[in-house]
Amino acid sequence: MEVKHVSFSYGEKRILDGVSLSLTKGRRVAVMGESGRGKTTLLKLMLGLIEPDSGEIARDNGERPSVVFQEDRLLPWFTARRNVEIVAAPGCASEEILRDMELADAMDKLPKELSGGMQRRAAIARALAFGGSPLLLDEPFKGLDPEMRERIAERILSYAGEGPILLITHDEREAELLKCDEIIRL
Amino acid sequence: MRSVFKNRTVKWVLIAAFWLLVWQAAAWAVGSKLLLPSPADTAAALVSLCGTSAFWKSCLMTLLRVFAGFLLGIAAGSALGVLTAASRFAEELLSPLRSIVKATPVTSFIILVLLYLSSALTPLFIAFLMVLPIAWTNVAGGIIATDKELLEMAEVFGFSRMKKLRAVYAPSVLPHFISACTTGLGFAWKSGVTAEVIAHPSFGMGKAIYESKLYLETPELFAWTAAVIILSFALEKLVMLLLGRIVKWK
Repeated sequence: MEVKHVSFSYGEKRILDGVSLSLTKGRRVAVMGESGRGKTTLLKLMLGLIEPDSGEIARDNGERPSVVFQEDRLLPWFTARRNVEIVAAPGCASEEILRDMELADAMDKLPKELSGGMQRRAAIARALAFGGSPLLLDEPFKGLDPEMRERIAERILSYAGEGPILLITHDEREAELLKCDEIIRL
Repeated sequence: MRSVFKNRTVKWVLIAAFWLLVWQAAAWAVGSKLLLPSPADTAAALVSLCGTSAFWKSCLMTLLRVFAGFLLGIAAGSALGVLTAASRFAEELLSPLRSIVKATPVTSFIILVLLYLSSALTPLFIAFLMVLPIAWTNVAGGIIATDKELLEMAEVFGFSRMKKLRAVYAPSVLPHFISACTTGLGFAWKSGVTAEVIAHPSFGMGKAIYESKLYLETPELFAWTAAVIILSFALEKLVMLLLGRIVKWK
């Protein structure tokens, strides 16, 4: 996936101005910036949920990104397990991913029965089970303590393999945890 | 007293007893069975009615009419709800119809429908007509209120149309649908029985209520009304039980 000179405005307010980035094989890019600088807007553009005012987002044929949204967006009527299984790629070991996200004892609980951190990990598990590429992560470690962040980051890297990753964060340490080789500041 | 009220059954028995006492006291104060029969007079009239085949036949016919009208209203209202939530054109075209049905007095409809349908079918059609806008509004409202972020998530994760319907829309609409069923059932009973009062089918609880009033049989009138309330309550419990099974199955 490649973002080429993309600009986007909400009404009169320009949010993104000529942003470019490239997510080729094995590349890990962090996008940083204060709140309201267009980080999540960039993610929405990359997902095709909104169209840019100018510029282009080039996708490879059949490219399906996996995403962890800023909000968990779990289906509230399904357990953590079902939330993962419903998007899982054929043959994907959803249960193993949930275990790796340290949700072994919580996978049969509804989102409302999980803590904020657990819901976050269930959302990460769903993105990993979907198996799409690139992996787009919007504040994925929100609500996780520092030790948990390290462990989860390692497992994300392990599941992503050579697949490209885009991390949206306001914390540079998170970019280090995911071994990002480029940081774009908005 | 507070500890006694903690037991649900005891609490409801006490509340029922309180209101029966109020009714009894009012009956004593009025002092005329013709104007206000006591709970005992009503119970005696109900027991006496239970011994007649006409009572059971009237109950059965009213139950069938109300339930059929309710089911048809829920089905058609839900279909219209889906249609108008999905299409702005359909909403604009059909919303005047919904507003007219909502605003028109039920008696006007009954008299009008009697011109076209038999007295046996009129109560069924009226129950259908009263339930229709309730199901329509609730189902459309449920679809429109479906969480946009969840719909975006479903889009991004490539949910098929059927999967989106089953996993996102249906559970979102379900509470609105259940609300339509409980409210609609009450309306179906009230309007169906009212239609029977006016339409006079061969057998029907509404017709019996009217005849009790005509012959100044006030205890019987109260007994028929009690029977309507009991049947309405039982049908609502049955529908809720069935809906509960559906929710569990999901």
